[in-house]
Amino acid sequence: MALLELEKVEKLFFSRDSMTTAIKNISCAIDKGEFVSVIGPSGCGKSTLLSLISGLIHPTSGTIKLDGKEIKKPTPETGYMLQQDYLFPWLTIEQNITLGLKTMGKLTEETRKHSLYLLNELGLGDRANHYPNELSGGMRQRAALVRMLTSDPKLLLLDEPFSALDYQTKLKLEDLVFSTIKQHRKTAILVTHDIGEAIAMSDRIILLSHRPAQVIRIFNIPDELRNELPFQARNHPAFNGWFQDVWKELESLEQQI
Amino acid sequence: MNSKYEQLHKEYKNKLTREKRLIRLVQAGILVSFFALWEIAASRHWVDPLLFSSPSRVWNMFLIRIQDGSLLTHTSVTLFETILGFLLGTLLGTLLAAILWWSPFLSRVLDPYLVILNSMPKVALGPILIVGLGPGFASIIAMGALISVIITTIVVYNAFRNVDDNYVKVIRSFGAGKKQAFFSVIFPASYPTIISTLKVNVGLSWVGVIVGEYLVSKQGLGYMIIYGFQVFNFTMVMLSLLIIAVLATCMYQLVELLEKRLVTRHQS
Repeated sequence: MALLELEKVEKLFFSRDSMTTAIKNISCAIDKGEFVSVIGPSGCGKSTLLSLISGLIHPTSGTIKLDGKEIKKPTPETGYMLQQDYLFPWLTIEQNITLGLKTMGKLTEETRKHSLYLLNELGLGDRANHYPNELSGGMRQRAALVRMLTSDPKLLLLDEPFSALDYQTKLKLEDLVFSTIKQHRKTAILVTHDIGEAIAMSDRIILLSHRPAQVIRIFNIPDELRNELPFQARNHPAFNGWFQDVWKELESLEQQI
Repeated sequence: MNSKYEQLHKEYKNKLTREKRLIRLVQAGILVSFFALWEIAASRHWVDPLLFSSPSRVWNMFLIRIQDGSLLTHTSVTLFETILGFLLGTLLGTLLAAILWWSPFLSRVLDPYLVILNSMPKVALGPILIVGLGPGFASIIAMGALISVIITTIVVYNAFRNVDDNYVKVIRSFGAGKKQAFFSVIFPASYPTIISTLKVNVGLSWVGVIVGEYLVSKQGLGYMIIYGFQVFNFTMVMLSLLIIAVLATCMYQLVELLEKRLVTRHQS
């Protein structure tokens, strides 16, 4: 059964003298444990789609169902990771990663220990009492990943989480996020503008058109690529062919305007 | 090789120390020469000592007034009023800002009124306060608070609004409501602004309280100034002014100390 179902989702934004259709008639289903990437021309409404799924904004028409239940408002069942870490600078790393649990009223000695265990898993065990400004960009984004995982969400929404990092950190973090997500058997949706990242990390790639965003094409990544770590996948012989395919499709979209 | 660099480093440090020392020296020099010049000018009658008094006269009056206890009473009255006015103004202002943040409707409704109240010289409301609250403590404290409350509201409300939406997104994605968002994000993120309005409010409260005392009081440093002015005792006026300068500076420094302790972590 599909974990997430979008049915004829449409989103319009209104202002006094205009109305913009950001998303038009998107239907798709994402299975449990799947890793799906969403790519498309910049400004096409990829992030809007994530905001809709997270429940922060509501579709103008159509329904979004998580586990069969319609999403009405943000729930802890979806975790959100943004372009920047947005760790709270006035809290220590430990306080930051337990923020979700605290907000949900679920912070107990047990969950706290589990959070610290996750922090340790991602190699930040010795940083629990540091403040975010004492950490590098990559470490901070890792802490943000832990923050998202501590509340044990079913669905992870990743809104270009690697785009603000330098290339080397980005490659390393892709591997780490990929293996962490697989290990915890999470379902994830990644919004990105990096074709290589989408191919290397995901099981499926959804290509969106220009605003208003519609699904143009869905690429199913073959097993030999999707089972590899992103860094290995990038070096796989099949990778380049896929890259070219997606590239051409995206390029032809760009030329339509 | 190493010792050469160490030598250079040492010279550099010495230079910094020398500069700092020079600045302190000049600062002290200005202070001392100001009082010296004042004393000489008064004793040689370059200025009228009846009008401008002199440091020695002020000092003598200081000692006398300390001994009879009256100075302590006046000072503590004013200090009490100022601190209370300052706290009230800041707390009320922050509370109002929180209410405005809570209700965007209310904030849009109240916007023009805030602009009017902010541009209005608050001390002009003095007579109304006295009529409303009676000629006493209450009016003076109200004046001390009133003068800072509107500007605090506006500044803090803006700080609340300027908190990066993505921080709110983070907390809302955990299912937080508006109240949780306010207390875990909006308020702590605005600490630095709130503290810096405290610094402004310290000065403003002194203005409010002194003017309040001019208008109604039978006690306090503002009263001493007005009284001294009326009976032509300018030594008393000068003494009050000096005490106000010292106390206002102390309060400002205290707030600055608080700022250092609270805000260090807020630079992301």
